[in-house]
Amino acid sequence: MTLTFAALGEFGDAISFIFTSRENQRGSPVGGSHNLPLIWEHLKLCGAAMALALVIALPLGLILGHTGKGSFLAISTSNVGRAVPSVALIALFIAFLPSSPEFLNVTLALALLAIPPILTNAYVGVQQTDRDAVDAARGMGLSGGQIIRQIELPLALPLIFGGIKTSTVNVIATATIAPLVGVVTLGDPLVAFSVYGREGQIGASIIVAVLAIVAEVGLSAVQRAVTPAGIKLERGPEDRARARFGLTKRRIQTAP
Amino acid sequence: MIVTLLAQLKVRDRASESSCVEDNGFCPSWIADNLDRYKQPLIEHIELTLIAVVIGFAIAFSLALLAHRRRWLIPPITQITGILYTLPSVAVFFLLLPLTGRGKVTALIALVSYSLLIIFRNIITGLDGVPAEARDAGRGMGLTDRQLLWRVELPLALPEIMAGLRIAVTTTVGLTALVFLAGAGGLGEAIFADTQFQSNVVVAGGLCVLLAVVLDLLVLGVQKALTPWTRAVR
Repeated sequence: MTLTFAALGEFGDAISFIFTSRENQRGSPVGGSHNLPLIWEHLKLCGAAMALALVIALPLGLILGHTGKGSFLAISTSNVGRAVPSVALIALFIAFLPSSPEFLNVTLALALLAIPPILTNAYVGVQQTDRDAVDAARGMGLSGGQIIRQIELPLALPLIFGGIKTSTVNVIATATIAPLVGVVTLGDPLVAFSVYGREGQIGASIIVAVLAIVAEVGLSAVQRAVTPAGIKLERGPEDRARARFGLTKRRIQTAP
Repeated sequence: MIVTLLAQLKVRDRASESSCVEDNGFCPSWIADNLDRYKQPLIEHIELTLIAVVIGFAIAFSLALLAHRRRWLIPPITQITGILYTLPSVAVFFLLLPLTGRGKVTALIALVSYSLLIIFRNIITGLDGVPAEARDAGRGMGLTDRQLLWRVELPLALPEIMAGLRIAVTTTVGLTALVFLAGAGGLGEAIFADTQFQSNVVVAGGLCVLLAVVLDLLVLGVQKALTPWTRAVR
């Protein structure tokens, strides 16, 4: 019981850290509005990494899916991607490119982390579009590019956004360890206990958790909005719950 | 700001080493001489990963069996485990501070809560994929609900269940590289003890990847051993 109350007290301190600024033991201001630069840096890092990942993975996934080539590449990147820990990837960039700016290094590492889910989902999404619809489009005289843009892309959008969502949430989470290599994101209060104290650690954790959930919920809404009406009609309530978390009935098997 | 956290973790004494080590390079001889340093972090890493996956599987398996007959439970369980999956593990480490403090328990709670959705959804998809004919045949042979589950449905769902387990194992190995932030050690601590030193990063990071691959193959081996009929078909 006392433990619960103590915990509530600490969470109370953490919430006050989020909203009001104060001076730490060394007399420098922390908390409240001083969190904003950290949040901004966090979002900037995530935005840069996601933009880079999208530019590379999306066209590649769509083209591979359209041509049906490179299934091994598209599926195995996500298996390999899972096995390489985010921390190891960031550390590799720091160790092997010591002279390039930290922000760039971490952006590249996070982009590499974000590519596999987007690539695999775009590939699978295009691969599993109804072949009859594609044949019909071809019969109507659409070119390859038109088929990708007008038929395959719209039908694959729900799965593509599922991949983008997975990557975004993952990148937001992983950006918290960037301060360990010198990029001052929202993870700074987590690793610099002596500067921000316990309320800073817990407060910043709450902000990171909220960011991740907002991204998840927001992108889920986008995912629903871009799902063609025909696909929605085919689903029951149970499937809708699954689709919310980017899970389709046709599962992506890991390579044997 | 982070110097205070990591100062005590320095991997080596720069002054007494060769020029390759002084240059933070990739030095096979240093690696050969210093492999012992990574034994303890590796053992911690394996320990945490295995315990987390076993607990996660036990919980997710029970939830899935519960929801298998009571279909209405699937959406709420998916939502709740989905939220646990979305919460960044690093944030969870610190959010648990007031309740469980720093250490292995906190790390395990975060790791387990992340793996639940992955395992749960694969068990459910696997059970849903069992052909209706197989169920009917089982019923026709006079199997009870329980017998049907253990003798027909679960064996047929096994490939899907094991696929989920493989994803859970590899992601957990990756996440365990972060538990040093909760004060629970592991290979992540070794990596961040010196991120400038290429040899250190390559060995500690390489061990993480190796561990993920080995555990993945191990689960695959178990799956092949448990489902001899799938080999004949392929």
